[in-house]
Amino acid sequence: MTTTAEQAAAAICAEHGDDRTRLLDILLAVQRRHGRLDDGIIDALAARLGIPRVDVAGVVSFYSFLGDEPRGRIVIRLCNDVPDLMVGADKVAEGLEEELGIRFGETTPDGRFTLEWASCIGMSDQAPAALFNDVVVPNLGPGAARRLVRELKLHPEVADLRRLIVREYGDGKNSHDLVRAAVKNNIRRPGEVILADMAHGAGLRKALAMSPAEVIREVKTARLRGRGGAGFPTGMKWEFTRAGDAGQRYLVCNADEGEPGTFKDRVVLTERPDLLFEGMTIAGYAIGASRGLLYLRGEYAYLREYLEHVLSERRGQGLLGEGVCGKAGFDFDIRIQLGAGAYVCGEESALISSCEGLRGDPKNRPPFPAQRGYLGRPTSVNNVETLCCVPRILEMGSGWFASLGSRKSTGTKLLSVSGDCTRRGVYEVPLGTRLRAVLEMCGADEPVAVQVGGPSGQMVGPADFEREICFDDLATGGALVVFGAGRDPLAIASQYLAFFIHESCGYCTPCRVGNVLLKERLDRIRAGRGEAADLDYLQTLGQTVKAASRCGLGQTSPNPVLSTLRSFRSAYEALLVTPAGGAQPGFDLEGRLAEAKALTGRGSVHFGS
Amino acid sequence: MAKPRVATASLCGCFGCHMSLLDIDDRILQLVELVDFDRCPIDDIKEITGPVDIGLIEGGCCNEENVKVLQEFRRHCKVLVSVGDCAINGGVPALRNLVPLRECYEEAYLRGPSVDNPSGRIPDDEEIPLLLDRVVPCHEVVRIDHFLPGCPPSADTLWAALTALLAGRAPELPYELVKYD
Amino acid sequence: MTNATITLTVDGRQIETRPGQTILEATEAAGVYVPRLCWMKGLLPFGSCRVCTVRVNGRPQAACTQPVAPGMVIENDTEELRALRRDLIDMLFVEGNHFCMFCEKSGNCELQALAYRFGIAAPGYPFLFPQRALDASHPGIFLDRNRCVLCARCVRASRELDGKTVFGFAGRGAGRRIAVNGEDLAHTDAEATDRAVAACPTGSLLVKRIGYAVPVGRRRYDQEPIGSDIEPAAAGR
Ligand SMILES: Cc1cc2nc3c(=O)[nH]c(=O)nc-3n(C[C@H](O)[C@H](O)[C@H](O)COP(=O)(O)O)c2cc1C
Ligand code: SF4
Ligand code: SF4
Ligand code: FES
Repeated sequence: MTTTAEQAAAAICAEHGDDRTRLLDILLAVQRRHGRLDDGIIDALAARLGIPRVDVAGVVSFYSFLGDEPRGRIVIRLCNDVPDLMVGADKVAEGLEEELGIRFGETTPDGRFTLEWASCIGMSDQAPAALFNDVVVPNLGPGAARRLVRELKLHPEVADLRRLIVREYGDGKNSHDLVRAAVKNNIRRPGEVILADMAHGAGLRKALAMSPAEVIREVKTARLRGRGGAGFPTGMKWEFTRAGDAGQRYLVCNADEGEPGTFKDRVVLTERPDLLFEGMTIAGYAIGASRGLLYLRGEYAYLREYLEHVLSERRGQGLLGEGVCGKAGFDFDIRIQLGAGAYVCGEESALISSCEGLRGDPKNRPPFPAQRGYLGRPTSVNNVETLCCVPRILEMGSGWFASLGSRKSTGTKLLSVSGDCTRRGVYEVPLGTRLRAVLEMCGADEPVAVQVGGPSGQMVGPADFEREICFDDLATGGALVVFGAGRDPLAIASQYLAFFIHESCGYCTPCRVGNVLLKERLDRIRAGRGEAADLDYLQTLGQTVKAASRCGLGQTSPNPVLSTLRSFRSAYEALLVTPAGGAQPGFDLEGRLAEAKALTGRGSVHFGS
Repeated sequence: MAKPRVATASLCGCFGCHMSLLDIDDRILQLVELVDFDRCPIDDIKEITGPVDIGLIEGGCCNEENVKVLQEFRRHCKVLVSVGDCAINGGVPALRNLVPLRECYEEAYLRGPSVDNPSGRIPDDEEIPLLLDRVVPCHEVVRIDHFLPGCPPSADTLWAALTALLAGRAPELPYELVKYD
Repeated sequence: MTNATITLTVDGRQIETRPGQTILEATEAAGVYVPRLCWMKGLLPFGSCRVCTVRVNGRPQAACTQPVAPGMVIENDTEELRALRRDLIDMLFVEGNHFCMFCEKSGNCELQALAYRFGIAAPGYPFLFPQRALDASHPGIFLDRNRCVLCARCVRASRELDGKTVFGFAGRGAGRRIAVNGEDLAHTDAEATDRAVAACPTGSLLVKRIGYAVPVGRRRYDQEPIGSDIEPAAAGR
């Protein structure tokens, strides 16, 4: 490796205070500058930061956005989530491959373009969508994709990719000078709590006039539960964190939003950043933290500058920094930590690993983050939407909040609605709203199935449409993907399994291996080579993976199979065969002989084909 | 009363499991008393002649002929047993599953050190069965009733299993007899 | 607090333990064998294989990482958990390339021994036959990833016992693999005498040139089932 690359890497380390816990930021910066993280650079970083080279390489190989392979100056990441595939992402892929003369996973010989698939990039309501480096290109049809690439090819040196790509800005703050994105908010139904018109600051002022214990009590009285998926009572989590060791504690906002089909946090980050930062500040006050981290998924890097700007404005207004709002003794500031393409990093302990510059493997529990989290200190991890509820609870009162929604599920919920419906976008509805009501709002025409809560949630059919969206019935972190007539629930389940296989950290056996086996058997059935016993096999295997996996990823990854087995069993049964003569229907003789036939140029003697 | 009929075959194996069967020593005399052999390398009967009570399969399936024979066994045998690691997991031949099929063919017919093949082509001779793209364990091709692991399973294992099967019981091997080596 | 004892129930039997112990340690001290693979005495627990899964008050938990708490009701040797463990062992076999017949570890291998103890004659899942890299570069050590179960015993032993960092992990998901702190094993400070090498439960890490010193058939688990030192095995446990 050249000394210049070495020097540049060293300079980047220095910019980050040679702090090894900032390794993820360092790697992202080095990669941005050099296009790759090859052995030489890894060695240099390891030496400079005083960590084993194998650990640096371990981080590089963990995250989708990092890699030791050279990548092009423009990396095109096409989203392969279900809503994108439903509207022809495969055709877009074909167009890109033909224009660039490379396949997915490859880089053009001139080192300009790389084509990659990405798991959901949080644009399901404007699919197909792609990232061109940090720039989001929503609604990317095959024709538009070809034109865009042709145009980019004409400009060998791209100083401002955004200017070249983005023709028309989206609504709201998407047109802000520091955002300049084509992304649309698609706010279809503002509700009372988060997307309502509001004055900022009242909640924070009220909170600071109370004691931290009082703030926690107020949040408990409101019966606020986490919006990130698990539904844990927020006040209780803060109490645990506050009860942790004295000294430095941390508040981490989870803006990883990796659950496919979910994009509501993106809209909140675009339109309500002040509300979020206010919520983080109140949370910091409640748990006794002076430092907050916003873990922003790498896919949303285009929002970073804008969010930094909002933060610095808040510092200027005395809303962050030493003595927040003039309150002596309460210091609080926020750092943005960028992710690098790993769904599992949304899991709170993996998120903490990632913030610490480690591989995004979840940690063993106990200790829980509230006891020992970020850098070994008590930490509360809360979702974007959860934290946005907090200032509103303080401002309007816990009674007001609890009166919204249902008894056990108070408040409103942001839903990200996509798929086969006419009004895709974000809906804020009271918890307890029936699924059918949402389907009517979004213009879903006789849907055959709805994926509630993303792949880790449930696929339900019309029999479940009267159920309520709330923690105790149809729980959801926010994603609703609607499937209309003609969609194949089993094909969708298979795509979701592919997602989990791609995103598993691979630490534990059941998730690493079990999901691969589930998909093998599901695909076998879909190919017409399954028998009745295979349904039991799927059921048992799915339950084993759920029961034995170490974190929430593996504990929910069989849901696409288990929920379709329950709701769409007849779709499975229609595909089953009854083997004759003791044959295993799963054995694909034709497929297994195809290659030998091609190589020898003859047919089978024994099987007359 | 007619004696139970036993058939055996070696698919993609090394005949080691059959040798192990011979290793039961003088118990072989007992066995010959107890059963009649149908298709078996020992008696050189090449096709199964009729219904068989117990079929023993050595070796996995590496080509179309193996599949053919295995299917024939399944059709004729009341009870079919996978004998040995090759039948159960492909065994040593399955090492080629880690190599692309094209390279296997080329090594065997074009590039190998002892190959003399002026045609420079992979033969299309019908006498040479087509290879499957990977060696497949028997139970992935047909339903298998029992498994006797080992490379080879010991004579004691085979004897214990056979006597159990002849008595109409499932072979339940004690700890010492379940071995993968 | 440290002198206090904690009482919990394992399969209906009460046992006394000390605070700070894991379920695995506590049960072992009481003569109850919870099957395990990634756990190794003297190393920090890792919790990857999940073979030690028990039910604690009805919830599945890894015994090797879960601390004891008063009144825990633990299920260990139940039909359900035996089936679950068997499935996990099967998964470890089919995800790798375990050719026991020519593996020098055969008879001393903990993965194989678990399969023996559970009476597994053939795995219930299809073999995946992955492509995995082998590293024979080191003069004294083989690393054959075909047999690796990703238990991190080498990773931990190198760091915790040898004071080195020879091993680590790369990749994620099904592509997760053991990595070494250099271009290959020869370019690390690994030595054949490292505790990390001996810590490997399978034939993934082997010391060169001492092959078959004890003949097959007379090795550790040829003699008695794994876990017999803690609790004798009934069939299929
Ligand atoms: C695989 C996985 C991915 C997750 N992704 C997210 C996410 O993107 N955003 C989020 O807020 N929570 C996510 N969670 C849930 C977090 O672990 C955690 O429960 C949540 O951030 C806590 O915040 P809350 O209490 O406000 O919901 C994920 C969990 C798992 C297991
Ligand atoms: S369940 Fe296990 S393998 Fe899957 S993501 Fe969690 S820790 Fe990793
Ligand atoms: S090499 Fe051995 S010790 Fe290391 S992770 Fe693999 S199986 Fe475990
Ligand atoms: S021994 Fe507990 S998870 Fe491996």
